[in-house]
Amino acid sequence: MTENHELRVSKIQNGTVIDHVAGGQALNVLAILGIDGTSGETVSVGMNVPSDRLGRKDIVKVEGRELSQSEVDVLSLIAPAASINIVRDYEVVEKNRVVRPDVVSGIISCPNTNCITNADEPIEARFTVLSDGVRCEYCDSIVREDEVAANLTVN
Amino acid sequence: MRQDHLISATDLSREDIEAVLDHAAEIDANPAAYRQQHAGKVLGLCFFEPSTRTRMSFDTAMKRLGGQTVDMGPVESSSVKKGETLADTVRVVEGYADGLVLRHPSEGAAQMASEFVDVPLINAGDGAGQHPSQTLLDLYTIRENAGLDDLTIGIMGDLKYGRTVHSLAEALTNFDARQHFISPESLRLPRNVRYDLHASGSQVKEHTELDEVLPKLDVLYVTRIQRERFPDENEYRKVAGEYQIDAETLEAASDDLTIMHPLPRVDEISPDIDDTDHATYFEQAHNGVPVRMALLDILLSQDR
Repeated sequence: MTENHELRVSKIQNGTVIDHVAGGQALNVLAILGIDGTSGETVSVGMNVPSDRLGRKDIVKVEGRELSQSEVDVLSLIAPAASINIVRDYEVVEKNRVVRPDVVSGIISCPNTNCITNADEPIEARFTVLSDGVRCEYCDSIVREDEVAANLTVN
Repeated sequence: MRQDHLISATDLSREDIEAVLDHAAEIDANPAAYRQQHAGKVLGLCFFEPSTRTRMSFDTAMKRLGGQTVDMGPVESSSVKKGETLADTVRVVEGYADGLVLRHPSEGAAQMASEFVDVPLINAGDGAGQHPSQTLLDLYTIRENAGLDDLTIGIMGDLKYGRTVHSLAEALTNFDARQHFISPESLRLPRNVRYDLHASGSQVKEHTELDEVLPKLDVLYVTRIQRERFPDENEYRKVAGEYQIDAETLEAASDDLTIMHPLPRVDEISPDIDDTDHATYFEQAHNGVPVRMALLDILLSQDR
């Protein structure tokens, strides 16, 4: 990211910068983090910023919050190239690439309306993570990477 | 075979399949030897969808092993009608029975139910998902008639919603089988089954016309095209006649072609085939009893 591009989104004092999110996914990142603007958090978003690695990328900067591992797990499904930068006192103190988990549960709903996970049963949807999507461990439906965001339960 | 439940054909290795089929052949050859094999045991039949063959063959199989069955009866007169969850139903019936057989209209129902019980649970059909015990009797029939290796099989009809097709296709990846899928474009195999077939490296081809492949087939497995699945009646009419076979159709087929069908059929196989050497669907249905006896014997005999 060049200095010029960085200026598009202001620096934060403490919090998390989620960088290298595929262009157009920033709003889904906010949805995963449960940020809808009502809780008072300061959030900066850059969308479709030029990127050497991705062509176009989104950046999300969240003031005053460090992400949990489960939040990072979900982010990895829609932004597998993302990096998570922890910022303290304006300095990046930790920089990690997301790692896709083997299984995710409770955060994606199965798009198969006839799947038992969509019935009124005491279970939550659980998915095996594939290289290019996820697979329902109950009905076997495959949700491709570009379809994951549309099936987030946090939406 | 060493597992607690039978949920999906993907759970079955070649060794598992051969163990069940070999045991079924032993039972078939000498059913009297198994008459008291599971005396005193009870099998719970939980059918949330209509079923004739599957329910009766499990009932018969358990009784021929000396055991008994309890049946929750039609959904309309069960506690399900009062709003009970499936998870609760199977936990209750588990207390009455040594094993459970479940048919349910929702995909994934058997997997979920198996997570709530400690007795063996057999998936007898979950929506458009899987029907693995049907697959075992299908494989038994194929092995008897055509062999399971160096096999060329055509699977025709409703491949999208046909759970027997999904299970059979997955199970055949364990063998040297060339699979040809014949269906209208709108009823192709679902994404997850195609994904597994591709991942297994199986020899698979998809067709819309039977005559593209008929002469080379050892087995033709026919399923009913489900009229009710089509959003447009005209779309159904366009394809329905294409997937009916009769004696004239078979003039292009090998003399050794084995024709199978999980039944019930409607009009996809003409009765003029019934008396030919090709017709194997009634034998296939009858094989349900020894194969399910073998499956029950294996699952109910495991130390728990």
